[in-house]
Amino acid sequence: MAGAIEPGRQVSAAPFAIELKGISKAFGPVQANKDISIQVAKGSIHGIIGENGAGKSTLMSILYGFYKADSGEILIDGQATSIPDSQSAIRAGIGMVFQHFKLVQNFTVLENIILGAEDGALLAPSISKARKTLAELAREYELDVDPDAVIEDLSVGHQQRVEILKALYRQANILILDEPTGVLTPAEADHLFRILRGLKDQGKTIILITHKLREIMEITDTVSVMRRGQMTATVKTAETNPEQLAELMVGRKVLLRVDKTPAQPGRTILEVENLRVTDEQGVERLRGVNLQIRAGEILGIAGVAGNGQSELLEVLGGIERGTGTIRMNGVELDLSGRHSDGQSRRADGIAHVPEDRQVLGLIMDFAAWENVAFGYHHAPEFQKNALLMDNAALRADCEAKMARFDVRPPIPSLAAKNFSGGNQQKIVVAREIERNPDLLLIGQPTRGVDIGAIEFIHKQIVALRDAGKAVLLVSVELDEIMSLSDRVAVMFDGRIMGERDPATTDERELGLMMAGIAGESAQ
Amino acid sequence: MTKLPTWADVVLVPVISLILAALVSAVVLLAIGQDPMQALSVMVNGAIMTPYGWGYTLYYATSFIFTGLSVTVAYHAGLFNIGSEGQAQIGGLGVALCCLFLPWPHWTLALVGAMLAASAFGAAWAAIPAYLQAKRGSHIVITTIMFNYIAAALMIYILVDFLRPTGSMDPASARFAATTALPKFHELPLISDLFLRYTAEGAVRLDPQGNPMYQKVPANISFFLALLACVAVWVLLWHTRLGYMIRAFGKSDKAARYAGISAVKITMITMLISGGLAGLMAINNVMGQAGRLLQNSAEGAGFIGIAVALMGRNHPLGVVMAAILFGFLYQGGAALGLETTIPMELRIVVQGLVILFTGALDHMVRMMLGLVFRPRQA
Repeated sequence: MAGAIEPGRQVSAAPFAIELKGISKAFGPVQANKDISIQVAKGSIHGIIGENGAGKSTLMSILYGFYKADSGEILIDGQATSIPDSQSAIRAGIGMVFQHFKLVQNFTVLENIILGAEDGALLAPSISKARKTLAELAREYELDVDPDAVIEDLSVGHQQRVEILKALYRQANILILDEPTGVLTPAEADHLFRILRGLKDQGKTIILITHKLREIMEITDTVSVMRRGQMTATVKTAETNPEQLAELMVGRKVLLRVDKTPAQPGRTILEVENLRVTDEQGVERLRGVNLQIRAGEILGIAGVAGNGQSELLEVLGGIERGTGTIRMNGVELDLSGRHSDGQSRRADGIAHVPEDRQVLGLIMDFAAWENVAFGYHHAPEFQKNALLMDNAALRADCEAKMARFDVRPPIPSLAAKNFSGGNQQKIVVAREIERNPDLLLIGQPTRGVDIGAIEFIHKQIVALRDAGKAVLLVSVELDEIMSLSDRVAVMFDGRIMGERDPATTDERELGLMMAGIAGESAQ
Repeated sequence: MTKLPTWADVVLVPVISLILAALVSAVVLLAIGQDPMQALSVMVNGAIMTPYGWGYTLYYATSFIFTGLSVTVAYHAGLFNIGSEGQAQIGGLGVALCCLFLPWPHWTLALVGAMLAASAFGAAWAAIPAYLQAKRGSHIVITTIMFNYIAAALMIYILVDFLRPTGSMDPASARFAATTALPKFHELPLISDLFLRYTAEGAVRLDPQGNPMYQKVPANISFFLALLACVAVWVLLWHTRLGYMIRAFGKSDKAARYAGISAVKITMITMLISGGLAGLMAINNVMGQAGRLLQNSAEGAGFIGIAVALMGRNHPLGVVMAAILFGFLYQGGAALGLETTIPMELRIVVQGLVILFTGALDHMVRMMLGLVFRPRQA
């Protein structure tokens, strides 16, 4: 195709910051990486994009010394380098920022930065040296973090900066970031990109692993696409477009926007009046929320994370307690008594795809087939008799759901933790949607989910709506809210700032409302 | 770290840990001037080479299976029950009251009654720490440890002030009626012949009434109850809805909340089952072996149960195997004390080493095996 560079092509004499030649790696019968070759020019931002399970993480783990490649070679600055462990990777100037941070939560920023890079048995000299270096780095790259702050008090965005500082402190010239924006708010992501551009201008080489096309288009110079362990193409970002990249990733044409007909709202399913939730610290997280959802419509809740959306989902899902009134199909729900639990909510026709599938939605150590009954373990079809559960029925149900939702690999006995994020989400979504609930609560439906699966999950949500069900969608991805919702409500500081029609509003207006400006509670 | 094949994980790791423990034990023996090979052969001969040895090994193993299962069930709910010792002692009180004060026509009925009493008393003793954990957030590890001490003190009080027959100087109850005695291995059909005594000429030794004489062993039919309990625990954990909820809660209490699984309910029910299993141990030692309630009846079996559960990977089958191993160490250690000049306390050293290697240093063995099983580089 246009713009593709043949792998292994001889280019100019200047050595690349990193060059991989014919890297292969198999785990048993699974070929995670197959004959991968990339060249990353010095001082550039190189994106690696691919669906979950395409082999991106394996490739980076090889580069960082976690795995040893079965074959192939790694050249750093033109020198063949062997990287048997992460210490050698650091010596070779490679720094890695993982998706899940490797920080000691109750250490300060400085302590985390020198951890493993102490100069001697006494900490004081290292700390003061680190303090100086940190101040320089902060000035140079807009990487300002309070060096004495304790990690657990920092926001996710700041914690990520600490990870970057850790790498820079170890004199990394090549920085690998694995899905760095997955946990960030849009503003934090913008800041991160400014930092990355600054690093690039100083001659650092950056490898950005992501599955978000928008980020690739926004910040990278070149992009490599991986699919099923193979490098399908390396192209200049300027010469490609999201549709082409999506097709390269998935191997077929992908619809990047949601295809739906106008909503046909029916009777009111859910009514929420003056809903309040106070957390354990005594802080009021929901401060009088009013909303209603009718059958056959999707209400999207936009907002910066932490403005009460999580609490809204949790109180509706029976996880959190609250005060106020919630009516489901006209019947008032118990918000603080014996029936304010997940079982009662399910019985009332509410299904819940939680925001954090790994913490709430799945038991990660359970096999997939055990997870398909999670929350519905009282359902009659899963019982063999009064005493025993019907494990065979669970397995059969899991197999059927895996087939319908295209979960890969379709192995019911595999533990949930061994599936990729997208496939985990498909298991949760399949479980909740196939219960045919009157109301589906769905939080961050596509966080950490690859493109092919996003398209699929969006279709399922729309199909549920078209079947005359109500959907409450919470997402920090404004795009997702705009394209899926029939009505958009913006939450700020525990309140609904106002409602808009996604067809007539724009990101700017919603963004202002999300910041608590220009909103009016009354329509 | 490389993931080990299942067979290596389940078989090879414990075997290597045991060999390492044996090697270090050998060094200890050499250091006190003893012959390790002789010690090993005495232990093996004393504990497993004769039916008589098995009669003791399996008696100990029976107790350990019950307490091991007790720890296992609690573990699956994410609860660390260190109180099996106290629960077993209070279970013993239940057995004693049941056997002393109710007229049982036959041991089968007495067994049913005593099982109910033992499990009810053990469960009741576990219920208080469970309630404190579920409702008040007091950590169950702390409270169950404290309840072991309370149980020990309470038992002395009850034995001395209430159950001790007048005139006796021993802090123990009266003997139970003969109708409550459980059949021991040498009294069971089919296997009793294994325990026949022989004269030097090889003939079966007879008592003055002309009946054959048997070697008396403490192992009794509660061993089979223990095996049934293993099956029951396996079914409970992996084939019932309650077990599903217990395991889900144990893996993630947050997710359990999402699913509408009540933390209070699961904590209470699990600890009642766990305490009940610990209490059932008293069927073996109080009813089956002693025939009366002694002070400190559990004799540390509750604590061994923790090691057994740990080594048995909190699976009933593993618990059985680990319990038999610890039974072997108990009985083999006793044989050492009888037949050699090696102090009997050495068995505690060996047990300690086994726990150290199979429990605490398990990861070390895994890492070493991980290197062996690492996929070959091309």
